Amino acid sequence: MLRYLIGRLLTFIPTFIGVTIISFSFIRVLPGDPIIVMAGERGMTEERYNELYQQFGFDRPLVVQFWDFFTGVLQGDLGTSYVTKRPVFDEFFALFPATLELSFCAIVIAITLGIPAGVIAAVNRGKFFDRALMSSALIGYSMPIFWWALLLIIIFSGNLGWTPVSGRIDLLYYFPDVTGFMLIDSLLSGQDGAFVSAVRHLILPSIVLATIPLAVIARQTRSAMLEVLGEDYIRTARAKGLTPPRVNGVHALRNAMIPVITVIGLSVGMLLAGAILTETIFSWPGIGKWMVDSIYRRDYPVVQGGLLLVALLVMVVNLIVDLLYGLINPKIRKR
Amino acid sequence: MADVSSSTNTTPTTTVRPGRFKEFWRYFRENRGAVIGFYVFIFFLIVAIFAPLISPFEPSTQNRGATLVPPAWQDGGSWTYPLGTDPLGRDMLSRLIYGARYSFLVGTIVVILAATGGILTGLIAGFAPRWLDTIIMRIMDIILSIPSLLLALVLVAILGPSLLNAMIAIAIVLQPHYVRLTRAAVMTELSKDYVVSARVAGAKLPRLMFVTVLPNCLAPIIVQAALSFSNAILDVAALGFLGMGAQPPTPEWGTMLAESREFILRAWWVVTFPGVAILTTVLAINLMGDGLRDALDPKLKRS
Amino acid sequence: MTLLNIRNLSVDFDTAGGQFRAVDGVDITVNEGDILSIVGESGSGKSVSMLAMMGLLPWTATITADEMSFDGVDLRGMTAKSRRKVIGRDMSMIFQEPMSSLNPCFTVGFQIKESLRIHMKMDRAARHRRAVELLDLVGIPDPEKRLKAFPHQMSGGMSQRVMIAMALACKPRLLIADEPTTALDVTIQAQILDLLTDLQKETGMGLILITHDMGVVAETAQRVQVQYAGQKVEEQEVRKLFAEPHHPYTSALLAALPERATERHLPTIPGVVPGQYDRPEGCLFSPRCRFANDTCRKTDPPVQPPELGLARCHYPVNAKEGVA
Repeated sequence: MLRYLIGRLLTFIPTFIGVTIISFSFIRVLPGDPIIVMAGERGMTEERYNELYQQFGFDRPLVVQFWDFFTGVLQGDLGTSYVTKRPVFDEFFALFPATLELSFCAIVIAITLGIPAGVIAAVNRGKFFDRALMSSALIGYSMPIFWWALLLIIIFSGNLGWTPVSGRIDLLYYFPDVTGFMLIDSLLSGQDGAFVSAVRHLILPSIVLATIPLAVIARQTRSAMLEVLGEDYIRTARAKGLTPPRVNGVHALRNAMIPVITVIGLSVGMLLAGAILTETIFSWPGIGKWMVDSIYRRDYPVVQGGLLLVALLVMVVNLIVDLLYGLINPKIRKR
Repeated sequence: MADVSSSTNTTPTTTVRPGRFKEFWRYFRENRGAVIGFYVFIFFLIVAIFAPLISPFEPSTQNRGATLVPPAWQDGGSWTYPLGTDPLGRDMLSRLIYGARYSFLVGTIVVILAATGGILTGLIAGFAPRWLDTIIMRIMDIILSIPSLLLALVLVAILGPSLLNAMIAIAIVLQPHYVRLTRAAVMTELSKDYVVSARVAGAKLPRLMFVTVLPNCLAPIIVQAALSFSNAILDVAALGFLGMGAQPPTPEWGTMLAESREFILRAWWVVTFPGVAILTTVLAINLMGDGLRDALDPKLKRS
Repeated sequence: MTLLNIRNLSVDFDTAGGQFRAVDGVDITVNEGDILSIVGESGSGKSVSMLAMMGLLPWTATITADEMSFDGVDLRGMTAKSRRKVIGRDMSMIFQEPMSSLNPCFTVGFQIKESLRIHMKMDRAARHRRAVELLDLVGIPDPEKRLKAFPHQMSGGMSQRVMIAMALACKPRLLIADEPTTALDVTIQAQILDLLTDLQKETGMGLILITHDMGVVAETAQRVQVQYAGQKVEEQEVRKLFAEPHHPYTSALLAALPERATERHLPTIPGVVPGQYDRPEGCLFSPRCRFANDTCRKTDPPVQPPELGLARCHYPVNAKEGVA
């Protein structure tokens, strides 16, 4: 296990350097002058251009620029936003709790519904439940979530008036950020109705964001279960006279979880991609909206730094998932 | 091995045993969803090809006198505009029909770009010495660690927002999946006896790569192609929705949704129909992809 | 006393190519303390008939039988729930591939104790004692430590011993061993067979040994039943069968034993067991039979009387004058 852990940590380093290179080189290597793009259609004077050119350090050799960037990254310095003049690092961590809260709710929905759905479908293979669940999963999997969000807004906010359209909480409530998680902060504030308001704001975005991971987890659970159910050790379990819930829920599911864990890990990337659309539509002040806004504003330090941080986030989650994978799969654990 | 499947496998081929393609077709046909998906796909393809003949209006003709006309079956609707008009008085149906062209164009080009690049890289990685393989796969890991839509957004932001750049960006984002898949398939095939015997017989590397090994790796790649076709349509629509894909007045479905966002609570049809079009197309392709996978993957077959 | 009685058992599978009959009208009788061996090539439906009896076949299988009873209890109309009380307890089974038959995610101890908890309702300490005792019984050294091991940490022979321990956990009255030694090294094979016969003697349980190896049969069984393409073609006591096989298939199988080879080249049986797409008319063995004539290729063979080993053949070999 220790060797596995160290080996896995070692692969992290080149990937980290690679991600740094990629986010660094996007602006510098790809065609298109970022400063001119930043200026937009208004254009800019030559003086201003030169000033910016130096400010970004574009006049120095690429290698030097990269070294500065890289050492900056290691010290937690990702540059400052061109628009807000605040450090990219600080902005990221100010907005991160909002995205984390949303993603966490989404993944909880996806896991708690997706795994049972997949197991039920696999056990009832070919029957009504299987068909119904898997058809829904395929629709969810094919869903353009930006449209799905609009549809839910039309129905639940427009026609029924049950849920708010945007934001994290009603403007009526004001309380200080303690944890950055609205659900916790609203409870801590002790204000009447604050928590309910936070929950009502969270419902639609979480459902939208959970849709695709839910479908993917359900489908993966089903196929992993089907594969495992054909294994010899399942026959052994049944030959012991175990009940179907025990055979399926303990002997099969435990083995089927191994590929499902991988998929849950991969769905973190999906969640962040989905968060870009979901947060934009619901005006959710998180990382996704921040990145999109920065791209619109041509705020390149933020785009560069944000890309790096998001990639790092995904990598860290993948690392955690790999370690979990080692825990659940005894073949790796005892190696 | 006294089970039933083994006894069918050892059957000599002299009798009525169905042929390979026939067997594939039989499994595909058995999957009702896949067949429906196939027909829907063909329907959209025909619509896309004959768009100028079918559509009642030009997609960008504006009728200032008839903005936000509801669909024909609702109060105030008329059969001139069966699915109503958008805020600029353009016929929804015509725009949707033309939109099909963009979706297919996008899907085809992205799949061709991503698949060629990915298969070649994957083949190289599979055959290459260990160090080169490691480098290639690390690069793919890095690309995969950035959420696909974000990477595409950034690429488009730098290259400049347009449909072409959106397609290039998405092809780059989808390509690592092909690399991984091809490499994994090559690795399993390489250890098999027929490859060894081809090597012993003196086959040169290109022949070994493209003639001996590649055809045997195609099944998962074909399935991946179907999946990335639908992914490409979804991602381009998402980019269009975010204003980073096709630019107005192009009747691309995602762009249409973006243009009509502010009217969602007043005119449901301008939002609903483009979304339904995207969902149906993507669903049809995914149904086909599932059917292909089940038919090509012997592990999931009934024994 | 008759422990297991099966009459005219047939199993059909739904496949892409239509119905496939894997077991065709087989009779099996096992008495207490009996060792019955079922012999045949791959694909002759040996395992399938046992799996059918245990209710372990997939949903694509259709099972029919005139009688199928264990210890006087009819297994056919039994609900799944009451069947689960019998299998794993009074009737248990070990399989061909010991390595893949153990669940890789759980320790050996967990898998052995599980049956004890469910069938015997033992408490924790009693389960542990019994599990140690069982591992000791099947000859695994250092049982306390082995209980904590995962299946992938053990060799094939060791895994099969664990499988046997698991099967014996609830003191079954009938043990079905489905090619228990096929996947093992030759030296281990003999050990496992000795273990099985010793345990059988000790406990007095019935033992069904499924195999394709006539050598295994000679060493262990009391009675032998030969199966071919889903049909029972002959049944005799071991010694008589080896001395006077009545079905041409049995005699060909015996001739293929290295110990019995009289020529320099080992005789073989040409061809393979017919599968789904090449089932012959008449006698199923006729395409591979040295003695087959037109009758064999047209008409289904009759079942000969017990004196001729119930051979399913038109022209049984080693038939004495006046019997056929």
